[in-house]
Amino acid sequence: MPGLIGKKIGMTSMYSAEGKNLPCTVISTGPCVVTQVKTIENDGYEAVQLGYGEKKEKRTTKSLKGHFQKSGGNLLRTLVEFKGFSQDLKAGDVLNLTDVFQEGQFVDVVGTSKGKGFQGVVKRHGFAGVGQATHGQHNRLRAPGSIGAASDPARVFKGMKMGGQMGNERVTVQNLKVLKIFADENLVVISGAIPGAKGSTVLIQN
Amino acid sequence: MDILREVSKKLVEANDLPEFSAGDTVIVSYKIKEGSKERIQQFQGIVIQKRGSGTNETFTVRKISGGIGVERIFPLNSPFIDDIKITKKGRVRRARIFYQRERTGKSARIKEKKRFIKKA
Repeated sequence: MPGLIGKKIGMTSMYSAEGKNLPCTVISTGPCVVTQVKTIENDGYEAVQLGYGEKKEKRTTKSLKGHFQKSGGNLLRTLVEFKGFSQDLKAGDVLNLTDVFQEGQFVDVVGTSKGKGFQGVVKRHGFAGVGQATHGQHNRLRAPGSIGAASDPARVFKGMKMGGQMGNERVTVQNLKVLKIFADENLVVISGAIPGAKGSTVLIQN
Repeated sequence: MDILREVSKKLVEANDLPEFSAGDTVIVSYKIKEGSKERIQQFQGIVIQKRGSGTNETFTVRKISGGIGVERIFPLNSPFIDDIKITKKGRVRRARIFYQRERTGKSARIKEKKRFIKKA
């Protein structure tokens, strides 16, 4: 899917034509530089590698600097491959917001969700806990309950919902409407919420 | 954060409603949808507060209807607001005149601002 790399700015709201107050997210995205075009002859598949953001020179390895030389020499922070661009692109081309998206269309947004750390089953899986909070109960309020049967099968099944790391994972939100595009400021306003903290990198896909 | 504030400002469509503040007497014309029909309802009263900014900016209008105080909160930038007419500019010292709720009759009067020129 063709798309662009962006940065989450934050959430606000706007009125629709019907007078509804819609929650929306502002994303700063584009211009993205085409850093490499992968072809079937060379790489075995077709894709376009895009770069976005700025990177300090002292944090860039020599091999990456060589890679950036082929597309104009700007040091870019994020490199992501996309497939299915209709345009004929070559390394060094710049993709702007309006080249890829229009107002009113639906997009998917990929981001990294906010990390919640090690969480129990109540927060992580929506369990209700065991028993009462009062009447002498003292340590079962947020417990998972039984995790399986007895001597048959004599083990805990794989995939059992238990406590563990929550958040800080790749999350895709599908079918978000592009409400508004500010081409001059490279800003796009998308309906609803998207994963991740403010300032985090997100991918917007057609 | 600043980018967000600027974008939020742009998302609010400019309306040509007059400036008003707490203490003013206004008539708010509000569009109401009943099924497929749309009609305009008017609500006259005293503005007792304005709060929020951008799409979240609202104002509260209070009136006495049949001896009972009625307050209504309107979103300022909603497209459902057809018109706001200021009939009286009140002289009050506070931005939020909640003390009006405890007052009735003579004590609930608000002095009019002297140099108020009604907009045509």
